[in-house]
Amino acid sequence: MKNKYSIFSLVKNAFSYHENWEKAWKDPVPKKEYEVIIIGGGGHGLATAYYLAKKHNMKNIAVVEKGWIGGGNTGRNTTIIRSNYLWDASAGLYDHALKIWEGLSQELNYNVMFSQRGVMNLAHNLQDVRDLKRRTHANRLNGIDAVYLNTEEVKKFCPIINTSQDIRYPVLGGTLQRRAGTARHDAVAWGYARGADEMGVDIIQNCEVKGIKRNGDTVEGIETTKGFIKTKKIGVVAAGHSSVIANMAGLRLPLESKPLQALVSEPVKPIIDTVVMSNAVHAYVSQSDKGELVIGAGTDDYVSYSQKGSHDIVEGTLNAILELYPIFSRMRMLRQWGGIVDICPDASPILSKTSVKGLYFNCGWGTGGFKATPGSGDLFAHTIANDEPHKLNAAFNINRFVSGDLVDEHGAAAVAH
Amino acid sequence: MFVIDCPYCGEREQSEFKAGGEAHIVRPKQPTELSDDQWAEYLFMRKNIKGIQFERWVHIHGCRKWFNVVRDTSNDVIKAVYKMGEKPPTN
Repeated sequence: MKNKYSIFSLVKNAFSYHENWEKAWKDPVPKKEYEVIIIGGGGHGLATAYYLAKKHNMKNIAVVEKGWIGGGNTGRNTTIIRSNYLWDASAGLYDHALKIWEGLSQELNYNVMFSQRGVMNLAHNLQDVRDLKRRTHANRLNGIDAVYLNTEEVKKFCPIINTSQDIRYPVLGGTLQRRAGTARHDAVAWGYARGADEMGVDIIQNCEVKGIKRNGDTVEGIETTKGFIKTKKIGVVAAGHSSVIANMAGLRLPLESKPLQALVSEPVKPIIDTVVMSNAVHAYVSQSDKGELVIGAGTDDYVSYSQKGSHDIVEGTLNAILELYPIFSRMRMLRQWGGIVDICPDASPILSKTSVKGLYFNCGWGTGGFKATPGSGDLFAHTIANDEPHKLNAAFNINRFVSGDLVDEHGAAAVAH
Repeated sequence: MFVIDCPYCGEREQSEFKAGGEAHIVRPKQPTELSDDQWAEYLFMRKNIKGIQFERWVHIHGCRKWFNVVRDTSNDVIKAVYKMGEKPPTN
């Protein structure tokens, strides 16, 4: 049992200059065999291991990670959390996650800094207005909080937005989900890692998967840089590298991996206390607790695993940001980076069994996976443990690309993909 | 960001081009006889290679012609460029 984090443990450890905190997770040597192996130690993978141990009573679980935990897209996103998706299947999936977010810090005894500061999506033309109103109605029918705001209400909610009608793409209105917001992305990975480790999950870092051993239609184990590990069930949560792992198992996926960029500014005093996203001009911005503006850019249109994006993508985003927020014109950008996102043709994820027995994939989250972390882990754990999907992720099976029953969130979600 | 050597215009910034995805996916000759699995394979399944990829590009802000590129997707280094209808380089 780990020591509980509290004000008392903080005071107690202050007396020893914070040098005697117990390790949040161990650094184990891989065992010869596990009941389940999760490939990928990002937020989704760690959450999957956590819920497998917690809700499905599995004892012998490993998470193998090529680098360090949370070093991939978990540490590279813009931390936005919302559930205002159009289609019923997506609304169910993302709102399931949002409900878990609301109690996550308490559950994990780890402050994930979940802040329900609201997410506002802007409309810049008449079609945007119609789409956003339709989505607001769809959200409310699904029990998700959503309101439509006119231009004055947008200005009142976020006064620094330029609502002048003579800009290139004037703000005609917007939607607001008040339960939405942001969280500290690293803390999510660390909190789940600590929780999983406490229940006996082996988190094996610096361990790259080199091959998947199959015997006919079942899996037998994985080849890694730390040797062969036997298992009957493998959950692949490898984000941008999902196709690479699928190839090892002789499977094909409907994915394309592309660079997605983000950037942060120098830290300034509080200026924007919500998250504002604009689909049409592709600009979204929030402010971190450190004071940096966190700005998300778009994806490049070519396949790449280089974790770098094109400069013109960043330039386009900053043009849009400056038109909407002239007040930021003198801000200097501090850091820019890219992550590799795996995008499905219908811009919805895959949480599914495959044609290989014991091989499960959780991928295709594209540009918006962070928000789903707790829900994705919970539902993927259910799918692995029962060899059957939960009703909330049944629609996100891999066979939808054969049956044609797609969950087409391209443009229907609140932000462009 | 990288430079692409358009076979018609010469070297230009990548931002002048649009990516057209995996090359050499052949449209089924007899679509009516395809099973759902075969359609899914043609329409949606992709190699999505980390490494040497054969892909299509169009010089959308230039000559507007399509052509093929061989690129290493792990570091964006272009190995070869060849016109539509030409055989892909083998080495």
